[in-house]
Amino acid sequence: MESMLHITTLHYLILGAALFLLGVIGVLTRRNVVIVLMSIELILNAVNLNLVAFSRMWGGLHGQVFAIFVITDAAAEAAVGLGILIAFFRNKETVNVDEVNLLKW
Amino acid sequence: MGQIIQYIQSYLGSDQTPGAAGNMFWVLVYIMLVFTGLSVAVIAMNWLERKILAHMQVRLGPMRVGPHGLLQPIADAIKLLLKEDIMPAEADGLIFWVAPFVVVLAAFTTFVVVPFGPTHAITDMNIGILFMLGVSSLSVLGIVMAGWASNSHYPLIGALRSSAQMVSYEVAMGLAVVSAVLMTSLNAEGTGTLSMIGIVQAQQAQGEWFIFKFFPLGLIAFFIFAVAMVAETNRAPFDLAEAESELTAGFHTEYSGFRWSLFFLAEYSAMIAVSSIAVTLWLGGWLRPFPNLLSGTPWEQIFSVFPGVTFLFFAAMCFYNTVRMPKHPLFRVQTIGLAGFGVVLGLIGLILFVPAVSVRIQDIFWFAAKVSGFMYMYIWYRGTFPRYRFDQLMQMGWKVLLPMGLGVLILTAGVALLQPMIWHP
Amino acid sequence: MAPVATPFFFYLLSGIMLIGGILVITRKNPVHSALALIVTLLAQASIYLMLYAPFVAGVQIILYAGGIMVLFLFVIMLVSIDRSVRERQFNSQWVVGIIAATALGGLFVTVFIKGKEIFPEHALPMVENDNTQKIADLLYGAHTGQYMFAFEIASLLLLVAIIGAVVMAKKRI
Repeated sequence: MESMLHITTLHYLILGAALFLLGVIGVLTRRNVVIVLMSIELILNAVNLNLVAFSRMWGGLHGQVFAIFVITDAAAEAAVGLGILIAFFRNKETVNVDEVNLLKW
Repeated sequence: MGQIIQYIQSYLGSDQTPGAAGNMFWVLVYIMLVFTGLSVAVIAMNWLERKILAHMQVRLGPMRVGPHGLLQPIADAIKLLLKEDIMPAEADGLIFWVAPFVVVLAAFTTFVVVPFGPTHAITDMNIGILFMLGVSSLSVLGIVMAGWASNSHYPLIGALRSSAQMVSYEVAMGLAVVSAVLMTSLNAEGTGTLSMIGIVQAQQAQGEWFIFKFFPLGLIAFFIFAVAMVAETNRAPFDLAEAESELTAGFHTEYSGFRWSLFFLAEYSAMIAVSSIAVTLWLGGWLRPFPNLLSGTPWEQIFSVFPGVTFLFFAAMCFYNTVRMPKHPLFRVQTIGLAGFGVVLGLIGLILFVPAVSVRIQDIFWFAAKVSGFMYMYIWYRGTFPRYRFDQLMQMGWKVLLPMGLGVLILTAGVALLQPMIWHP
Repeated sequence: MAPVATPFFFYLLSGIMLIGGILVITRKNPVHSALALIVTLLAQASIYLMLYAPFVAGVQIILYAGGIMVLFLFVIMLVSIDRSVRERQFNSQWVVGIIAATALGGLFVTVFIKGKEIFPEHALPMVENDNTQKIADLLYGAHTGQYMFAFEIASLLLLVAIIGAVVMAKKRI
């Protein structure tokens, strides 16, 4: 009980790992492309949480700067991913990952 | 018991905000005070808007409900609370229910860092202005949710237009804010600050409000922010998304009763919040006018009687209008009510003359006076300007304000680098 | 600033984050998933505040919750959902997905149990009064800045992403 009351870096890492797992399950099992993209955002957030927790542990601010860069990249990737989704939806009128099979033999 | 009193008294006389000092009791007290003050301000804004718009349009406005319509906001509130709560049949229940709360949450949370004085803020975050900009951008989410959940055409179009407008003008606002924050770094160490209290203290140290700094760059940045903040809060002349003649009230068409009043509350709170940002960044926050030009003890005493004089002036106006009331038995209650209101205002004015109160109330008074000036400007814009068409609105946001903001930022940075670092001790 | 009731807030916020994460991956309606993700992101911003990282928390609220999620909501509203809410939600390889995720989870648990000594516990009290200034020193500082090149590359990346998104979503090229 004492170890549960004192919040250490390990607590934050376990939380990050749990979020990462939820994101991976979302990416691998959902059909809707938008929800897959949102699960990718969950994964990136878990990584950010790890970075900031380690930055706290070691005392420098490099982890936080890296987290800011990850957030920037997540924004760019979300924009491009949703652009691709819109372009695809305009052609095929569906948002399901299963039906992206034009090249399947 | 003694320990509790010790805890409460340990904060008095501190030179930090309660959040920075970690004193939970005073944090809660300040939150209650800000919440109450904001509610009173919204009620007053409701009455003031109707009366001032009416006088600008050469009519009288509400006159019946209380003396000169003073009880009109309370009547409106009672009506809204008693109205039937309608939810459209095909609406998405959870999102329909949550949307007004998100907007109100975003509007009220911004007041956590608004500085009414050097220690009169709920807390002083290191990222004050960034926090305010970020949380006020969360209201876009609430509007999108409201429009989507209503499951009807007008709200959806209104929500999309409204959120597109808010997102566009947030960019221009951000650039203007960065120009002002850049001016805080013109001190001996060369470090600026994002904290709201730090920005006002930088203006105090440099001896001039940022609106006058590097003339005309500070003025242009202030102008860009003033236009962008009117567009950000969906007020006239940028209120196409909620104009009755265009979209039958836009994204809050399907909301009635208490939920609509939440949107209304959030709109006025957002107006006060962005006005607070403008006052803090460019108009010197809680500083009194001319601290360097008109300095010295006699001027200090003259400026320190301003709060009391203001309230006594309002009380005098109440008594003047009491005398001018028609002398008819049916008007007796209203006459007595107005006289009573005048007496209350006069008593508040007299209390503000007491030195112990007057010393503490100075900062809050000047801040509130400047924000009230902005509120009057909002109502003035509504009564004066015709409405922008939506494509004109977006064109202005992206093609006029954004290049102006970039230009002001680059020029401010250039001027700040080229002049030697100035430090006013 | 003295931290107050850290375990209570940590467990509350991590509970909100985990419930939000589970709601993101299990809801039928993508709008509900997006709202759950917004709640998760805001809870994560609060955890950043607990980790003495106020600037990252502010950036998270502005960019993630106020920017990316608005983009997601717009796209969800553009792409019609009514048909897809009634279809089946999990794709045909969900069994393999769950097995892979379980293997990953097992790996995590093994690392955390066996490697507890990797995370030494010297909790440095980090003052957050000049967090923004220190991050600016790291990014732009004359003698302390190491990340200027990465900053410029990130802005170039954003430019490429803007052009790419505009080209992808246009109606006629």
